[in-house]
This record gives sequence, C-alpha cells and structure tokens, in this order.
Amino acid sequence: MSEALLSVKDLKVHFPLGKGLLGGAGGVVKAVDGISFDLRPGETLGIVGESGCGKSTLGRAILRLTRTTEGQVVWLGQDFLGLDKNSLREARRDLQIIFQDPLASLDPRMTIGAIIARPLKTFCPDLGKAEIDKRVKEAMAQVGLAPEMMRRYPHEFSGGQCQRIGIARAMILRPKLIVCDEPVSALDVSIQAQIINLLRKLQAELGLSLLFISHNLSVVRHISHRVMVLYLGKVMEIGAREAFYANPMHPYSKALISAIPLPDPKAERARERITLQGDLPSPIKPPEGCRFCTRCPIATDLCHASEPPLSPRADGRLVACHHA
Amino acid sequence: MLSTPMSADPLGRQVAAPILSVRELCVDFKLEHGIVRAVDGVSFDVRRGEVLGIVGESGSGKSQILMAAMGLTAVNGKCSGSVTFEGREILNASPEKLDKIRGSSMSMIFQDPMTSLNPYMRVQDQLAEVLTAHQGKSRKEAIDLAVEMLERVRIPDAARRISLYPHEFSGGMRQRVMIAMALLCRPALLFADEPTTALDVTVQAQILDLLSNLVRDLNAAVVIVTHDLGVIARMCDRVMVLYGGRVMEEAAIDDLFEAPRHPYSQGLMAATPRLDDDVAHDLRTIPGAPRALMGKIGGCPFAPRCERRVERCTVETPALLRGAGGRAAACHLVMP
Repeated sequence: MSEALLSVKDLKVHFPLGKGLLGGAGGVVKAVDGISFDLRPGETLGIVGESGCGKSTLGRAILRLTRTTEGQVVWLGQDFLGLDKNSLREARRDLQIIFQDPLASLDPRMTIGAIIARPLKTFCPDLGKAEIDKRVKEAMAQVGLAPEMMRRYPHEFSGGQCQRIGIARAMILRPKLIVCDEPVSALDVSIQAQIINLLRKLQAELGLSLLFISHNLSVVRHISHRVMVLYLGKVMEIGAREAFYANPMHPYSKALISAIPLPDPKAERARERITLQGDLPSPIKPPEGCRFCTRCPIATDLCHASEPPLSPRADGRLVACHHA
Repeated sequence: MLSTPMSADPLGRQVAAPILSVRELCVDFKLEHGIVRAVDGVSFDVRRGEVLGIVGESGSGKSQILMAAMGLTAVNGKCSGSVTFEGREILNASPEKLDKIRGSSMSMIFQDPMTSLNPYMRVQDQLAEVLTAHQGKSRKEAIDLAVEMLERVRIPDAARRISLYPHEFSGGMRQRVMIAMALLCRPALLFADEPTTALDVTVQAQILDLLSNLVRDLNAAVVIVTHDLGVIARMCDRVMVLYGGRVMEEAAIDDLFEAPRHPYSQGLMAATPRLDDDVAHDLRTIPGAPRALMGKIGGCPFAPRCERRVERCTVETPALLRGAGGRAAACHLVMP
C-alpha cells in the first residue's frame, strides 16, 4: 500500500448552538464526531450518507473551510490544521473543491475565462497574460468547453456547463486532491452521466485523488474505489467498492442500498426491501450507544448500552456494529 | 361506491372509462423575449386504480401538465386543448368550478412541502379545512378524521403533533403531512409532482411504500411526475417519456424498461447509473443539453441531441404513432 496522501484522525467538528434572542435550548450539534480515514494518491473515496450525517462538513473541515473542534488532518506528512497562514496558502494549491450548485459557485460578474484563471493569478502572479490565456484554454478543452467561450458570463451557460467551468477552475493548478461536494446532484440524468465520465477521465489521466461526497449510492459506485458510509457524524462502514456493494455489512449500509428504487420494474417487484422506520434522530441529541440503534432492525440491548468500535473484518473493511 | 362508467377499448373490449382525459394539451408562457411552449400537444388517459408515470428532465414540461390540469398555471401561461375529469371539461375552468373538484375529487402532492404548507397555520387547521370546506364536516369531526389520517401516514403521536406548525416537523414528516392532506378527502384522482425528490433515500422508501398502499386502498387514479426512473419502476403501471414538451414514448412499465424504442428513452436509461451495471466502462451519455424551448418547434425536439438523426428529423415533427399493446412512439426511425 502506498503512502497516504491525506490522513484524517479522529476529526470532530462541533457547532455550539447559541441560546439566542428567543431563548433556544443551547446545546451542541456534533456534525462530525470522531472520523478517521486515509486517502491514497490516485484514489477516489466516496463519502455517502443522508442529510445531517456530516459528509459536507467533513469535506469542508478537511480543507479548513470550517473550524475543527478536535483531531488531526495530515496532508503529505504535514499537520495541515497546524499550518500558519502562509504555509496554508501554499498547501492549498494542491487542494481544491467543486460545489453542488454550479451556478451559485461562479461569480456572475466575471467572465468564465477570468473565473478559471483566478487560481493561476493567485498562485502564479508572475505568469504573463499570454501564458494564462493558454492555460485557461487548455483547461477548458480538457473539461469539454470550447475555448472561444472564455469571454462569456456564467448565466449564459447551462447547469452542466457551469459544473464543467467549476471543474476547470479546480483543475487548473493541477491539484493533488479535489473535494467534490455533491457535484452532480443538481444536474439532469443525461448531464450527470457526462460529468461523472469527465471526473473519471480526469482522475485516470492526472492521477488525482477525489473525495466524492454524495447521497446517491448508484453515482458513488460509478466513481469510487472505496466507499465510506456516515450516519450522524460517525463512520458506520468503510471498504472497497466491489465488496461493499456485493455485501454491505452494516445494517445501515444494507438499508441504504435496499432503499434505492432500481430502474428495473421486475427487479423492483422481486427484491426484498429493508424499510427503516422513523426519521433521522436530532444530531443535537444523538442516541446513546450505537447511533443507529433507534432505527436498526437488529438492535439489541447491547447496542443501546455501548457504542460499537469501528473494527476490521476479514476482507479488510471496517464496520462499526456489534452484530455484523 | 358509484358504478364506474364503461367504454370500449380499440379492440372492442369493455374497459372502465378514463377518469382523466387529456387531449392535445399545449401550455405557452409569455416571457420578456418571446413565447415559450412548455407543453406541446400532449394526450393521455388515466383510469381508476392505475398509476401513470411521466418521466423527463428539466424543461420537459412534465410538471406543467399537472399544473394545467389543476388550473394552477402561472398568470403568464396560456393553456389550450382539452382536459376532462369524469367527462367534464376542466381546462381553463373558473376557480369556483375548479374549487368544487380540487381538494375533493382531485388533489395534488407537491415536491417541496415547506413551500406548499402554510407556515402561519397549524397543521390541524390546514387539514381540517379540506373537510370543512369540501364535505361540510364540523371542525371537531374534521380534526378527528385528520388525526386518523396522520396516523395512517405514520406520524407518531399524531393527536398531539396535529396542533404544531409545519416548521416543527422534519422534512419526511412534512411530506407525510402533505400526503395526508392530499388523501384526506379520498380523491379519485391524485397528482404527485416529484413527491420524494427532496427526501433522503431511506425516508423516500417509506413514503413510496405508504403512497402505494394508500392509493391502492382508495382505488384512485394517480399521475406521478418524476425525473427518477427508479421511482417510475417502483410505482407505475404505465409510463410516458417526455422531452421538449412532447411525448416521445408511451408504454406499459415492463415493456418500456425491457425494450425502450425511442432513442431518447434508450439514452435516458443508459445514462442512469445503476447498482448492477458494469463500472469498468463509462456511462453512456446523451450529448449536449436540453435546449431552451423558444419559438416554433420545427422537427423533433430531440433531434439536436439524437445520434440517429437524419435530415427529416430536423424539418418534420414526428407524430406519436400508436402500435400494439398500448405502445406509442414519436420517431421517424422506429415503429411503436
């Protein structure tokens, strides 16, 4: 196994709730509550879970876009959370992000050429205009945008094209890691497939690592080497794609996969479905013991009493369950 | 129960008369820069006990079909054609006439419960209104029935929760409140516009289960609009594939998924990532993006993105041809 590019150790992000003018209850939202994983060069890790599981907060905390409460992020052997302003700025060349809402993440008053050039101008202030233009056009061609369009503005583009602009901006510095936060959720199916294929191509050609955050397990299957399932700020299961989809071990992973409606009516009628009861508990007051115990079909007294550790299984994956 | 009127199908068999018939429905919107045709000559029937799915991407006009039938088209929109409910014309009917049907025989579930429930009204008042306004029930009776319906959609502690405001419910609960509201008057016809798109997948599974059980009990006719082929496969008996405001293909659910015939239906299915397909290869894509619907449509709306396009496709709009087994397709190159 090659050296980890990124190593996240027991990361916690807690948001205190203010009492507020209206006298709110106070308390703490434990959005990310002790998450650890490694990411290797050239690897895509899919991070899945439902709303409130902490997947976006995790992505933002790793990039230091959100303050971390506890834990470590080791980036290329350095303590990333401890970097001072200048070193952080330098390290961030290699770390980029793509957002969910493609149009909202582009400045409407800048031409797309200027948007894509922005990271270059920030990090390589010595580059001449001709060189910047050349690299912007290369980046545009790489993501399937006609370089002639560089003088246009974001509103002239469709959602899929805006996402390509966002990808070109993220790619132009040749980063080592891109955090993709629900990058295809706002797109139509036919466009979603184009963007998934583009990310796969760029990853294979440039040897990038991706943290691919998504609620859509079918999409994640198409792009990830490994999959990590989160529930209320904790890792439930993490393992290689094939093994995970062929045989999800954690009851929550099973329920998640089983809940996806298949685009195949005969398979839909034939399959046995695990339907979870109830809604996600409040992240302010997560259940005692295992966080999933209130909705778990196989929970026992043990699950309500003690929190299962994330422990290794025979095929190398990690599962946090007393009974799996 | 009232006896169901009968009519003859094309083979001369007696079948239940459709509860909803849409014929050559067109919806035009007047915008600053011209007229946009969102729905362009759509026709279909739905019968009691049948679930029809309408699938399409953004801008296909799928939601506007429901809005037109419900009389909810925006003020800059103009509808033409015909929509009959139990034999009576309801397209462009007066709000007074529509209010006798909406919320009593015909109701709708919207995508976003937060924008369709009134944030200033307690849930009990919103639910009770359906019954006091349409069925002349007393407020007490109405609230009792509303609690019962909330229990059926599995809202825990319904008797207490009914006095809360919508924001005090979670997203999944709010969607259940909306379903309860839509089903409270036991409608004969239910429209559902992306009913689970805003929900998490485990909650979506609960809501889809619930919805299919409830409509089966009511023997209602249902039209579900969605972009999700999985939801279609799970819920529907028949499906219509829409693109650029026109019907591309219509078929029984198994027929469409087994052998889609229209190039757009084929493309849509191939582009949908599945849990059981080959991940070694790229997903098949449909080149380009859905086009803006401006001005007069010449030719097939899908032609600019169609890999099988021939010259005829760009000049002559293909008619929706009906074939055997209830299949229909609008393409110069394929027979239904």
